[in-house]
Amino acid sequence: MRSIILQTATKYLLPILLLFSVFLLLRGHYEPGGGFVGGLVASIAFVLHSFAFGTENTMKILRRKPMSLIPIGLGIAALSVIAPTFFGLPPMTGLWFEEPIPVIGMIGSSLFFDLGVYLVVIGVVLTILFTISLTED
Amino acid sequence: MLLTVLLGLILSIFLVPFGKFVKSKWSVLLTLVPGLIFVYYLFHISSVSEGSVFFQHTDWIPSLGINFDFKLDGLSLLFVLLISGVGTAIFFYALSYLKGHPFIDRFFGYLCLFMAAMMGVVLSDNILLLFVFWELTSISSFFLIGFNNDNQDSRKSALTALSITGIGGFFLLAGLILIGNVAGTFSFTELIDKRDVLINHNLYPAILGFVFLGAFTKSAQFPFHFWLPGAMKAPTPVSAYLHSATMVKAGIYLLARFFPILGGTDLWMYTLVGVGGFTMLYASIHSLFRVDLKGILAYSTISALGILTFLIGMGTKESIIAASVFVLVHALYKATLFLVTGIIDHETGTRDITVLSGLRKVLPPVFLASGLAALSSAGLPLTFGFIGKDLIYEATLHFEENWALILTILAVVTNTGLVVAGFLAGLKPFTGKLPQSFEKVHLPYKSMWIPPLILAVLGLVFGVLPGVTGNLLNHQAANAILGQETSMHLAIWHGSVNTVLILSLATLACGIFIYLSFKPSYSKLQFIEKFENLSPKHIFKGYAVDIFRFSTWYTNKLHNGYLRSYHLKIILFAEILLGYKLWISGPVSIDFSNLSTLSIYEVGVVLVLIGALFIVVTTPSRLTSVVSMSVIGYCICLIYVFYSAPDLAMTQFSIDTLSTVLFVLVLYKLPGFINFTGKAVLYRDGIVALGFGAILSLIALKVNNEPVVKEITEFYGENSYLLAKGKNVVNVILVDFRGIDTMFETVVLSIAAIGVYSLLRLRLKPTEKE
Repeated sequence: MRSIILQTATKYLLPILLLFSVFLLLRGHYEPGGGFVGGLVASIAFVLHSFAFGTENTMKILRRKPMSLIPIGLGIAALSVIAPTFFGLPPMTGLWFEEPIPVIGMIGSSLFFDLGVYLVVIGVVLTILFTISLTED
Repeated sequence: MLLTVLLGLILSIFLVPFGKFVKSKWSVLLTLVPGLIFVYYLFHISSVSEGSVFFQHTDWIPSLGINFDFKLDGLSLLFVLLISGVGTAIFFYALSYLKGHPFIDRFFGYLCLFMAAMMGVVLSDNILLLFVFWELTSISSFFLIGFNNDNQDSRKSALTALSITGIGGFFLLAGLILIGNVAGTFSFTELIDKRDVLINHNLYPAILGFVFLGAFTKSAQFPFHFWLPGAMKAPTPVSAYLHSATMVKAGIYLLARFFPILGGTDLWMYTLVGVGGFTMLYASIHSLFRVDLKGILAYSTISALGILTFLIGMGTKESIIAASVFVLVHALYKATLFLVTGIIDHETGTRDITVLSGLRKVLPPVFLASGLAALSSAGLPLTFGFIGKDLIYEATLHFEENWALILTILAVVTNTGLVVAGFLAGLKPFTGKLPQSFEKVHLPYKSMWIPPLILAVLGLVFGVLPGVTGNLLNHQAANAILGQETSMHLAIWHGSVNTVLILSLATLACGIFIYLSFKPSYSKLQFIEKFENLSPKHIFKGYAVDIFRFSTWYTNKLHNGYLRSYHLKIILFAEILLGYKLWISGPVSIDFSNLSTLSIYEVGVVLVLIGALFIVVTTPSRLTSVVSMSVIGYCICLIYVFYSAPDLAMTQFSIDTLSTVLFVLVLYKLPGFINFTGKAVLYRDGIVALGFGAILSLIALKVNNEPVVKEITEFYGENSYLLAKGKNVVNVILVDFRGIDTMFETVVLSIAAIGVYSLLRLRLKPTEKE
């Protein structure tokens, strides 16, 4: 069942939701938000797309299996955990750039950690949902 | 030293991505690993033989007293050279033995791991570090023994070996921790000074018992010996390595290492002499009845291990010298015999000594190696085995007078058995007439027959020059075991015909007589197998079956595969636990004066919530009930918003959306709503659910009654901006203060996703389905 209304709406909603999820991710350190919620919102965006256009088409715009996001996310988070040890600090010490970056604001190792969480959440949710929806009986 | 231990570990990691390399012609480079280690330690011989001891310290977990403390003294050096030297031979041999095997890379990975673990065991100066490596040998040997994992017997023997050595390791850990607690240190070097404290402590018998259990299981002493013959299912290079120089000698090493710390008491002596003596006799007689080459070697190995235990148990100067020499003697001839067996098996396809004969005509260099090893095992003069046997008799004869005679007779009988076993395994397949079926047998690659030949020749060289060998290798090893100067001096000829020499020759003569008159056969094997019901193996197996039955029953009860039953059990358990806790913590009171007034929104949301709840319970359609569930979820989100918890609301909102999607996807694939459940079940579930809700509500109320602890809140409130530069405390806790928790939570999530994926995507061929 393909609904033209849903499809048209999705075309506009997908980029907005994804943008919103990045916004949530970035503001997490100061305002309500964070990697987990951001990841959930992003996955909802893709789930919406899969409802409108079918899971196969969503897989096409994702280009690769959502599962591949899991190792990338875990890798980024793990890197941000061990990065301080290269500077002789204990693991998980927060490292920050001196100057804020326009639009994004202050960047520190915890942002990368959050980014890792964000990617893992998207990977996990989409892997589970898409696997179930693509499985034939 | 640290590097030599870690080299094997590092290599085994690299074999995972570069496994193809092992299958190419460059695989010969692998032998460099044990080879280089061997050469490295060869250069230490001169200084160690003069009495130097090397130490190396690297911090690991200093707060627990566990560090990479390594120590190289005479005893360690002897074992390290054995492990790396025999290891080099085995590596060469295995490259040809397993040539073309699809999993040869895996094999070398396990082998490297095992070698590294053994090196760690014999070099550790910290008893807990030793334990870590000790367990690693058990685990890596499990993989080696079960290498042919498509064979059920092979899997079973690997499991037996792992369970027996694993149980032993468990007891050993208990013993080591007791030692650490009593003596206040985990370092071998420091423990030697605490000997009096340990020996006079009330817990001494327990400590000794635990350590002995560890050593006996590893070194296959009666009644734990049966895993060793089973482990013969492993590829022959593995048997050769595990049972000549390494794995089983780890227990002996442990006893030797602990001798200056715990040894020398009556308890030590009687236990070890008793167990070792019985094991060596029992296994030596048993070995005569085997018809499988490897079976003979297995039992003669157990017997040799018994001798070593027995010697360390006696604890006199002579016996310790004998033990330090016999370790080397046995490693050399046993490794050779195993490797020869492997060649025979590889070329003829059988290991049955009732069939094999006359192979000297087709495998001359192998015959040479095998013959030399058999003679060394028999203790013919001029072989190293002769020296070893001499020293054993020397030790038993000079023991306390009451016992000397009995122990000497015991040793003579055992050694006679070993002479016969050595001849059966080393000479029998090569002598006699060559059957027609074996005429086409040809020599294997050079890399297969040269290693055993070198080992066998070494046995001869050491035997001709015992003085040099003794000074370089065994003298300091014996000193390290005894903890004092042994002034050892090995010689072929003591200048006169004495009792020891006569005993040696008598043993040899008896052995040869039995070998010539006694032929092993299947009927004799069957005869001895009648006693199988009395053997420890049978008894242990009985227990194992009972435990297995119990756990099957228990698992079926608790784990019946119905999700609803799991839910019921989990929730009931929580209810009982929480209910009990609530009950004993006193009544709950509500302070009505402090309540805020209800707003119209709150009332509205709660009404919607109750309505949705009603639909969930009563609707006949699954989809309706899922949708109503999500309505409940959204209502709760609204309540979070009212009470200013936007973080929670946002997360709950997205989670609810996604779980609804998930439910719909799953339910869509299920058959239509069919009502199987009876009324009684419905009421039961209703009561359980109501109970859970009631308890949680009570807890929520209870929380308000308790005095509020503000410390944690204040800490995060004050520090989240100062320390972590974040204003959103919740997020700062997640990504910074408790970041490691979050890290592992994401790992758990990933595992769940991979689990779902692999469960649903698993496409079994019809033949693979059970």
